[in-house]
Amino acid sequence: MAARGWNRSIAGLAVPLRVWAQRFAFLALVALAFALMLLSKAESVAVERARLAIVDAFVPILDVMSRPVQSAGEAVDAVDGLFLTYADNTRLRHENAELAKWVDLARQLELENATLRAQLSHVPDNPPKLVSARVVADTGGAFFQSVLVNAGGRDFVRRGQAVVAQGGLVGRVAAVGERSARVLLLTDINSRIPVIVLSTGDRAVLAGDNTRQPKLLYLPSTAPVSPGDRIVTSGDGGLFPRGLVVGSVVEATDGRVSVEPLVDFARLDQALVLDYGLDGVLPPPERMPARETLAPAPAK
Amino acid sequence: MNPAGIAAQLERATRGIVPAATVLLLVLVSMLPLPVAGLSNVMPAFGLMAVYYWVVLRPDLLPRTVVFGLGLVTDALSGLPFGIHALVYLLVHAAMLDQRRFIAGRPFWLFWGGFVLVATAATAGTWLLASLLRGAILAPTATLVTTLLTIAIFPLATFLLLRVQRGLVGADVR
Repeated sequence: MAARGWNRSIAGLAVPLRVWAQRFAFLALVALAFALMLLSKAESVAVERARLAIVDAFVPILDVMSRPVQSAGEAVDAVDGLFLTYADNTRLRHENAELAKWVDLARQLELENATLRAQLSHVPDNPPKLVSARVVADTGGAFFQSVLVNAGGRDFVRRGQAVVAQGGLVGRVAAVGERSARVLLLTDINSRIPVIVLSTGDRAVLAGDNTRQPKLLYLPSTAPVSPGDRIVTSGDGGLFPRGLVVGSVVEATDGRVSVEPLVDFARLDQALVLDYGLDGVLPPPERMPARETLAPAPAK
Repeated sequence: MNPAGIAAQLERATRGIVPAATVLLLVLVSMLPLPVAGLSNVMPAFGLMAVYYWVVLRPDLLPRTVVFGLGLVTDALSGLPFGIHALVYLLVHAAMLDQRRFIAGRPFWLFWGGFVLVATAATAGTWLLASLLRGAILAPTATLVTTLLTIAIFPLATFLLLRVQRGLVGADVR
């Protein structure tokens, strides 16, 4: 009799306990999510490491999955190319005739430059080391403009290095795992790149705003910019080398200058990571993500 | 152990893995670099579709902790602050666990209608959290288009997930 009553009270207690435990587990997970968000916002080393570990684990899968996508894209391009052969041929003939003049001019200037450099005992810049990488994921949707590439710390990719493709600037390396790296596109809201308007030499900062056309900031108000003007990196701040082509101005209405990047981000499949050995605002490159090296050096 | 026992065990294991695996696969698919201009900015939230699907139809196979983990993986890959998708998936899971009795076993339009509410709330929530944490108002138009695309593609995802469920999991709900 007594034992049965005991059992019943246990059973009666167990159900609310389970409900309570489940509710607690839910609240604990919600709290954990908020804690992770704040840690991530504060750029915690542990959270960043966990992120890189997860990305490293999934990049091989994304690498395999993205290959058929790339092949399909190439097949479509090939068919497109067949239909456009005639038009392309005509256009290229015209372009070729136009460019032939420029080639002559370039040869003359090259010769002149070489002579002048010899007279000045000019020391040439070091050519960059190149790391070729495949774009395996296009991430973040409307909120974060970045791509993942299948080269990382073991391929000597470092945080802060410039990434180019199709002859134009793509962005910079924002985080580096062992076999993967995240490239922050120049269209992202956190991207700020010192640039020059090539036709006038005016300096400005190219600021992404998560649209396809980043804007020029801090351009002198008297600077004459017009659509079609080339924009190249200025090398200020020491992060990027000078002279990488970024794009051209598409719209210049009062105070608002939009730039169309040269790179077609939808067709981004191969990219080159440039290593100029520039330290700039970043600490000297190490094998691991630069977060750790950002800590102040211990006092001697 | 007899072969029948092993087969049954294998079947049970598959059943336990399939829902999480489909969510993961759809998250990865949504990050593929597709050669369509502007698509990556308005990529539908495929992962959300699968989370919704399984929580409504087979909540026993997609526990809360797994949903949370899948959210973390999505966050890690997307580059967004850690925890955003984890929180959004978790809230969708909790809400649908409570409301699924009005949807499961009813006509499809009710299933879709429920998803319209969930997708709107989830993308709005993601947008709000991402904007707060990144300190800028992020592309509201693109977010709206993403929501509409997510809702529009949902029937296709349902069709595919239904095939998966019929083939590998079975329809019995606990």
